[in-house]
Amino acid sequence: MLRKIVVLCIVIIGFLLQSSVFSGISMGGIVPNIMIIITSSFGFMRGKNEGMVIGFFCGLIMDVFFGDILGFYALVYLVIGYLNGLFRSLFYPEDIKLPMILIAGSELAYCFLCFIFLFMLRGKFHLGFYFIHIFLPEIAYTILVTLIIYKLILWINERLELWEKRNA
Amino acid sequence: MARNRSKRSKLSIPSKYILLGFTILCVILMVLSYTTNILNGPFEMIAGYTIVPFQKGISKAGYWLTSRSDSIKRMQELTEENEELKNTVADLTLQINELQQDRFELSELRLLYGLDERYAGYDKVGARVIGKDAGNWFSFFLIDKGKNDGIEKDMNVIAGGGLVGIVTDVGPNWASVRSIIDDSANVSSMVLSTSDLCIVSGNLELMNDGYIQFSQLIDEKDMVGQGDQIVTSYISDKYLPGISIGYISHINKDANNMTKSGYITPAVDFKHIETVLVILEKKKQKD
Repeated sequence: MLRKIVVLCIVIIGFLLQSSVFSGISMGGIVPNIMIIITSSFGFMRGKNEGMVIGFFCGLIMDVFFGDILGFYALVYLVIGYLNGLFRSLFYPEDIKLPMILIAGSELAYCFLCFIFLFMLRGKFHLGFYFIHIFLPEIAYTILVTLIIYKLILWINERLELWEKRNA
Repeated sequence: MARNRSKRSKLSIPSKYILLGFTILCVILMVLSYTTNILNGPFEMIAGYTIVPFQKGISKAGYWLTSRSDSIKRMQELTEENEELKNTVADLTLQINELQQDRFELSELRLLYGLDERYAGYDKVGARVIGKDAGNWFSFFLIDKGKNDGIEKDMNVIAGGGLVGIVTDVGPNWASVRSIIDDSANVSSMVLSTSDLCIVSGNLELMNDGYIQFSQLIDEKDMVGQGDQIVTSYISDKYLPGISIGYISHINKDANNMTKSGYITPAVDFKHIETVLVILEKKKQKD
């Protein structure tokens, strides 16, 4: 129960950071994707199921506020959460390389999915332009923010696991 | 670990099926929200009472901080500016008196022609921008007024005298606005001087250069040129007529030799929108 409340708070705070705080300090109009960091890190820390559920809710919030149709972002984040869950067995809390690679990979996948479904299907094919002006800066900025936010999420998760062990 | 997990959850469904279930749920949501609007109410309501209050707080704090630092920086400038402005005010009051007389004449003439005053006549409500689109692909933003203040979907949003966008989603105390520089925005518009129609559409590739693009302008007599004002057209089904969009900065003939297209510099500074006006009147539509 405690875990659910804490995770819900993390998701909401992540969304607030992304839509209100970071859009104020964006670099060149690019905002880091904190929802991906949250979805991805819970995916590989806690497994497929939790990754999926958290991804679904992250996406749903995006849908409600900014989506044309409800469910698109939810599906994208859901799949990303699931795929990250596949790497759970490789995850060690001390290792920062795997999380960085996974988050960068997720971010790239997210960008590609957005490009394919939201732009290519409308006849906008300039992948090169979008790659340089959206993909790369978004990934770079997200990685930069990951260094801080991932550590925080990891710490919270460890606290939660300790608490669960004590109350089990 | 895996064993531990399945022991804890009473029903251990393989993740594959959960993934499948959620995917189907998402698809159902997408189909429902695309074909009907039964989902419009509840989610907006929940979001309005859980997330929007925080956003309002954060943006208020942000504005406070920027205004604080600005005010310290500008104190000196302001006193000098104040002197100057006082002089100009005196000049301007004289001018206003003259203009007011002209305006009376104009409004009487307009009445004579049965014309309504343009957007001076619309009911408007002011709103503060409290959040921007969470991604980098589109340009939506959130404002702090919603259904409770009379805002509805498809209402036009203006700022600084120019068109900003259109309301796409409304909650009880918030609304999201799609700006006209958004990649998926299309506005039916016309050149003010010649009344030639064209389509203005946002383009992500031009956004950083501060342009939006127009196309399908039929200008047989070659009358339209750089600097001409573009306003919303009379035939648009969602935008009220005569709202300024911007000024032509580049114009080219299309390959088909019949239509023209080019770039527009928007009338609104989209990088620094803090407050907007929502026009509380929707274009009358045939249902």
